[in-house]
Amino acid sequence: MNGFIKNNWWKLLGVALILYSIIAGFLIEVPSVTGNIGESIRNLFFHVVMWFAMMVMFGTSLVRSLRYLSTFDIKHDLYAIQSVNVGLFFGVLGIITGMEWANYTWGTPWTNDPQLNGAAISILAYFAYLVLRRSIDEENKRARIAAVYNVFAFVMLIVFIGILPKLASGSLHPGAGGSESTVNSLDFSMRLVFYPAIAGWIIIGYWLTGIRIKMAKIRQYLDNPE
Amino acid sequence: MLLSEIKFLVLKDIKLEFKQRYAINGILLYVVSTIFVSYLSFAQIIDPATWNSLFWIIMLFAAVNAVSKSFVQESTSRQLYYYTVTSPQAIILSKMIYNFMLMGVLSLLCLLVFTALMGEFVTNYPLFISALLLGSFGFASSLTMISAIASRTNNNFALMAILSFPVVMPLLLILMKVSSAALSVGTLGGNMKYLAALFMLNAIVIAMSYVLFPYLWRD
Repeated sequence: MNGFIKNNWWKLLGVALILYSIIAGFLIEVPSVTGNIGESIRNLFFHVVMWFAMMVMFGTSLVRSLRYLSTFDIKHDLYAIQSVNVGLFFGVLGIITGMEWANYTWGTPWTNDPQLNGAAISILAYFAYLVLRRSIDEENKRARIAAVYNVFAFVMLIVFIGILPKLASGSLHPGAGGSESTVNSLDFSMRLVFYPAIAGWIIIGYWLTGIRIKMAKIRQYLDNPE
Repeated sequence: MLLSEIKFLVLKDIKLEFKQRYAINGILLYVVSTIFVSYLSFAQIIDPATWNSLFWIIMLFAAVNAVSKSFVQESTSRQLYYYTVTSPQAIILSKMIYNFMLMGVLSLLCLLVFTALMGEFVTNYPLFISALLLGSFGFASSLTMISAIASRTNNNFALMAILSFPVVMPLLLILMKVSSAALSVGTLGGNMKYLAALFMLNAIVIAMSYVLFPYLWRD
């Protein structure tokens, strides 16, 4: 029991942080902002944190791909692909929670908005990464080419999320299109929930990645036990 | 050393093209027939926005078709030969330069035929042409790298479209913005921000290709 807590305390911490963010996210006083954004502001704890978690997962994958290219150790490739899988999971959840929000705010789940389109296309880029991997049989070649494309995809992600919404005037999305970022002017009570939620989901993301890596290793072993 | 290698490889590609005349003729025919099909189906365009989007869609597919050939047509044994005599950087840069020249010719011709058949909508030619050239440059550089990736896989034609779509999309979005300004009252000075963004995007893609291509190349 002692060893269990010692080895797995960070998983418990992640679960506790997420439980806290869900409970407190619905219970705390939020600042009374007028209009739609005030009525839906609690979505910050659930929608925005997904993108933070996704970025951390894709960032981890980028680092692993770069390390693969410098060491050619196949271990890094396994980390890279599984981080992308978990990042895509968060990305799809982010899109779903965003569509839910948009349906009540704009009356339609999808609008032609640079922020939304950028998110959709960069997720498509990572799905393309998965397809690319499937189409190469040889393991080392697959790892190398996928790593190269992964670097490309991450840079495009930065272009889509960081540069294009700034160039486009008139994004309806909160925090984009030249308007002040909502996170910078966030109320202190909301920060108390927002930051723990981000930390919690990132921990869960790493946990998921670890489980997926173990699964992949077991599958590899079952395919050809040595 | 690198410059002379690049010059040699570009000249080799041009010579090969003039000898075979299959890539450029095929692509030109593709563009002209696509424009003709849209001319027949649209009959007449009265809306600049439709003109603009149709033009760039045709350009996008022509570019994907034109550039996807650049690595597939090289046989494995010839690539092995390159491997012994030149550096990978020279290969990728020369392919980019050659594709840029191809795309430049292609886009100007596309503009000519498109204007002749679908009506003249461009009001600011300097702005439109500079967008067109920067666009050709961007298509050439990003698609060359993607075609290098796709040529390494088993089904490279399907993958070329899937992989290039997310990479080309930021380019295309900025291009459509600039060219729609060139169709109405936009000025060259007023759109400098977008042209600079296009240029920066191209610079990023070229720098990444320069660094990453050596990893793709060796087998």
